[in-house]
Amino acid sequence: MKNIRFIILGILFGIILSKAEVISWYRIYEMFKFQSFHMYGIIGSAVILGVILFSFFKKGVIKNYLGKKIMIEPKKKGFYRTIIGGTIFGLGWGLIGACPGPMFILLGRGVLSILIVIFGGLLGVLFYHAIKHKLPH
Amino acid sequence: MDFILEPWPWYVGGPLITLIMFFLYYFGKKFGISSNLESICAMGGAGKLHEFFAFDWKKNSWNLMFIVGTVIGGFIAFKFMTPDQAIALNPQTVSDLADIGFQNAGAQYLPEELFGLEALLSIKGGVILVIAGILVGFGARYAGGCTSGHAITGLSNLELPSLIAVIGFFIGGLIMTWLILPLLF
Repeated sequence: MKNIRFIILGILFGIILSKAEVISWYRIYEMFKFQSFHMYGIIGSAVILGVILFSFFKKGVIKNYLGKKIMIEPKKKGFYRTIIGGTIFGLGWGLIGACPGPMFILLGRGVLSILIVIFGGLLGVLFYHAIKHKLPH
Repeated sequence: MDFILEPWPWYVGGPLITLIMFFLYYFGKKFGISSNLESICAMGGAGKLHEFFAFDWKKNSWNLMFIVGTVIGGFIAFKFMTPDQAIALNPQTVSDLADIGFQNAGAQYLPEELFGLEALLSIKGGVILVIAGILVGFGARYAGGCTSGHAITGLSNLELPSLIAVIGFFIGGLIMTWLILPLLF
């Protein structure tokens, strides 16, 4: 049961995103309307602290629980995949106001409709891998 | 204690997200949620449909446990930590939403027009939910990550692909919010 630590982190993550209202459709709508600083503050502060944290990882100041250097896997490169994939993702995010993490958190709130969205998400993943060889990356 | 029960401001939420990311890396893992959708497909036997899904999903069980945790966390926050479910929206947002057909925006945590039982049981409502899911799942895996993997982790790592992906997230989100949503409702 060494995975129990990840359940605990997930519980905390679910609580944080719920309490900070990141999983509310309204907050995402408001963000895309540029009518609130809230979401920009959340993502911005997370990223600024993340840049500092990762610089400590890279310098080896912070090591992992085994005392080893923490490596960060680079993202796959490709202009088309990121701009087109990102835009498709953004259309869905703007429509339903939930990215994959919040989908599961909303499930915990008992929002039945989100099961359909998660089902759609799985379909989307299947569909992507079925046609990916035909797509520009 | 009152602070816990009120909505948490951005300067609490953002840093705590980074703290979760820290612990995931500290324990030798990474912060990326959308790859779980692939693991769930693999777990469900999608390996028979496509070779990609024939990977051993058990190696990602830590991440699946993480999302199981998020479900529990969502339940705990909803049941025990949020006595007032209203969202304090910008009054302009409330009036903009009223203009496109969303009543009493912010009075509840989520809009009934999208998530309510009536919407769920209607054809239009069901189609919107499934298409939104397809767009998110397809787009996340095409782009190679979602908000956690690209917008938080990738930008923290100063990755150009993540910056492009986040620009894409905004192009899509702005098109949906400003052009398509008003047509749908």
